Amino acid sequence: MRLAITGLQVSFGARRVVDVDELHVGAAEIVGLAGESGSGKSMTTLAVLGLAHTVGATVRGSITLDGTELTSLSQRELREVRGRRIAAIFQSPATAFSPVFRVGSVVHRALRLHGMSRSEATEAASRAMRQVLLSPGLLDRYPSQLSGGQLQRVAIAIALALRAEVLLADEPTSALDVTVQAEVLEVLRDLRDSSGMAVLFISHDLAVVAELCDRVAIMREGRIVEQGPAARVLSAPADAYTADLLAAVPAIRAEGTP
Amino acid sequence: MIEAPAPLPAQDVVVPRGEALRLGLRANPLMTLGAVLCLVVIVVAVFAPLLAPYPADAGSATHPFAVLKAPSSLHWFGTDNVGRDILSRVIFGARVSPVVAVLVLLIACLIGIPLGVVAGYFGGWLDEVIMRVTDIFLAFPPLLLALALAAVLPPSLTSLVIAIAVTWWPWYTRLVRGQAASVAGRPYVESCRALGIPSYRIVLRHVLPNAVTPLIVQVSLDFGGVILTASALSFLGLGAQDPTPEWGLMVAEGQNYFTTAWWVVTFPGLAILFTAFAFTLLGDGLRDLLDPKRTFLR
Amino acid sequence: MIVYVARRIATAILVVAGVVVLTFVIARVVPGDPAATWAGPHASAAQIAAARRFLGLDRPPATQLASYFGGILTGNWGVAIHTHRPVLSDIGQAAPASIELVTAAMIIGLIVAVPLGLISARWPGRASDHTIRAGSILGVSMPVFWLALILQLVLSDRLHLLPSAGEFSPGLLFTHPLRQVTGFGLIDAPLTGNWPMFGSQLGHLLLPALVVAAYPAGLLTRMIRAQVLDTIGDTHIQMVRALGFRERAVYGRFAMKLAWNPVVVTLALVFAYSLVNTFLVEAIFDWPGLGEYAAASIQTLDTPAILGVTLFIALVYVAANLVVDVVQAAIDPRIRLR
Repeated sequence: MRLAITGLQVSFGARRVVDVDELHVGAAEIVGLAGESGSGKSMTTLAVLGLAHTVGATVRGSITLDGTELTSLSQRELREVRGRRIAAIFQSPATAFSPVFRVGSVVHRALRLHGMSRSEATEAASRAMRQVLLSPGLLDRYPSQLSGGQLQRVAIAIALALRAEVLLADEPTSALDVTVQAEVLEVLRDLRDSSGMAVLFISHDLAVVAELCDRVAIMREGRIVEQGPAARVLSAPADAYTADLLAAVPAIRAEGTP
Repeated sequence: MIEAPAPLPAQDVVVPRGEALRLGLRANPLMTLGAVLCLVVIVVAVFAPLLAPYPADAGSATHPFAVLKAPSSLHWFGTDNVGRDILSRVIFGARVSPVVAVLVLLIACLIGIPLGVVAGYFGGWLDEVIMRVTDIFLAFPPLLLALALAAVLPPSLTSLVIAIAVTWWPWYTRLVRGQAASVAGRPYVESCRALGIPSYRIVLRHVLPNAVTPLIVQVSLDFGGVILTASALSFLGLGAQDPTPEWGLMVAEGQNYFTTAWWVVTFPGLAILFTAFAFTLLGDGLRDLLDPKRTFLR
Repeated sequence: MIVYVARRIATAILVVAGVVVLTFVIARVVPGDPAATWAGPHASAAQIAAARRFLGLDRPPATQLASYFGGILTGNWGVAIHTHRPVLSDIGQAAPASIELVTAAMIIGLIVAVPLGLISARWPGRASDHTIRAGSILGVSMPVFWLALILQLVLSDRLHLLPSAGEFSPGLLFTHPLRQVTGFGLIDAPLTGNWPMFGSQLGHLLLPALVVAAYPAGLLTRMIRAQVLDTIGDTHIQMVRALGFRERAVYGRFAMKLAWNPVVVTLALVFAYSLVNTFLVEAIFDWPGLGEYAAASIQTLDTPAILGVTLFIALVYVAANLVVDVVQAAIDPRIRLR
């Protein structure tokens, strides 16, 4: 198990927004975390990264990465984990990159932050860019000069260059056109297959989840109501809520994972 | 974008007005401090004759035997180079600079608002002309234009008010024009026009109310600035003349005696600082409260 | 980028033309008879008439404006009454000292504003934040002429920490005279290896610069705080945190880079505003700059000189805004890509 979440509770004061008994992601697998907007999925990402406090939330429970208990680490130790061992990509790629920095500048700085030398960083960045099917020259551009899909792939490239073990993908395709979505999904599959990354794919779009994920967990109001192999959950749901969600997306029908 | 948590269910608790005001003030300690300090200035200005121990000293009284006396129980702020009680002059000074500021801002609004409305609402070549003229005035740093004007006019409080007002109106024109232009472009205004409602009514009922809030913020922020400008010009000898108890003038008069009689310069200057600080503090707090989209006009 | 710069320059030229016209109008507002002032209090009618012809006041206003314009463009800005020298050369001699002063003040202002603004933004609502905010408003509300007198008395007269007046120690005029190269003392001294002079200059610069720095420090602190607070909730900040950067870098490098944009724009305003503030401060410190020249002109009601300085500073302001806009376009790609 790469990432194991047990008994996680994230609260804003007295209000609990996440209450997950069990969720895990293994190496070389894509686990979907699906549910309606506002069901607490994104807070899970923040909690795993140890950044819940930046929005004023408190975290209880256990989050382990390859056996290391993240909730007991200091901020200094967590900073070494962030980016390096657990990577994250966000929903709106155009706003996820600072408009006044060249894209490559952010990539480079991140790589050097985690210990690479200048030449190593340049080399790793180029290699990672090619792996996500982007020309390394694009690193010289500003975010406004790249498309949403390209930006998202650059974000994934950072995770690749740092050889992260886990990727938290928080609604990465929700802001993209359908055709561009396909590019990003392809890259994610490649991550799983070639690099053996554990990917937590968060989305409210069940169609995409069905197409991409090996296993699926359905979240409702902070709780996981059902989880299991994608093919099984999405064709023969055990929970009424899952069935309701599926009913709202008639096109899915037994289209399991590749 | 990281998802924000779903909004809390509506509160059913009714907060009484006094309570709400007190909570708002406590959340904004700096603004509250500003409001209190402003009140002090206003009270001092209004009740000056009652508060000043030697009211005649604010005028042309001179006391040759009480020249340059250090602060004491008789004269809390000491006396100046002709023996006048500085405390009384500082108190009466609250009737000079702030009043200048009020007049200046009034004139600036009286000129700036109509021009801004015309430029923003009607647009077209009127807009171009008005904004070009405004741009030219704004091409001068604030104090400079007022200084040039005050230097060519005969030195008096009236000249001071005119000089500073001429410098200040462009800011209000620009502010109101922006508001008017954005309102004029809105669909409901277009439908009003299509219905044949006369322009002046649209302006009165839709354009002006929209401009009120940023205007209030700008005025309170500008108050301190005008006071600083007025006292600076008086310091240079371009505004109020002796025996008017203008704070800047008092600092200028005390300059030559400063090393031996520190009080002549210190207290009037503190009054300027206090007043400008109070109104800017208030204005800053009001801006945070009312106009979160900060347009850094100054 | 070239297109943007060209456009901006064209606009600036138009504004400059308007500024010259406005200055001309102000000059004509002078009550009383400039010819009489020029000729002196004991002039005869014939001498006043001659003065009027000499000053060109007997021609129609449009012609006067045209020749005024022509004069400005060719460098004839009139003759100062209190120095009897051409205004432009007076300005040329006095300007470098003021530019040094204002530049030093702005540097001090930035050195103070960046860390304080960041601290304020990082822990908003705490005691440190309130103190810094109150302090910055104090800086912006400060009557500079008063601050100059107070600091001069306390730091120089009573505590003897800093020299009270002048650009450098007078004795150095004889022992280490400064050789002029650019006209800027602070550049010429190190350029000619005159280190004792340079040290003395810096020491004398500090006190006036501190006084003039009050406004920039206050204003820039407020700006930086506001800008950083505005951007700190954005996704790209969260992304940078998720990459493992320390909070210090998140604020200091990433949030701050976005804040530079509006700060740079304000620098032009601050420069011009501080330049005018020198009018109030230089005389107190015997600083031989534009401010002292202007103050002396005001004292003697020297209209040509006053208007010359006004026009000069307005032009500097227009130029500064132009420079700032171009720099802004260079830093923030969104501007020039528009």
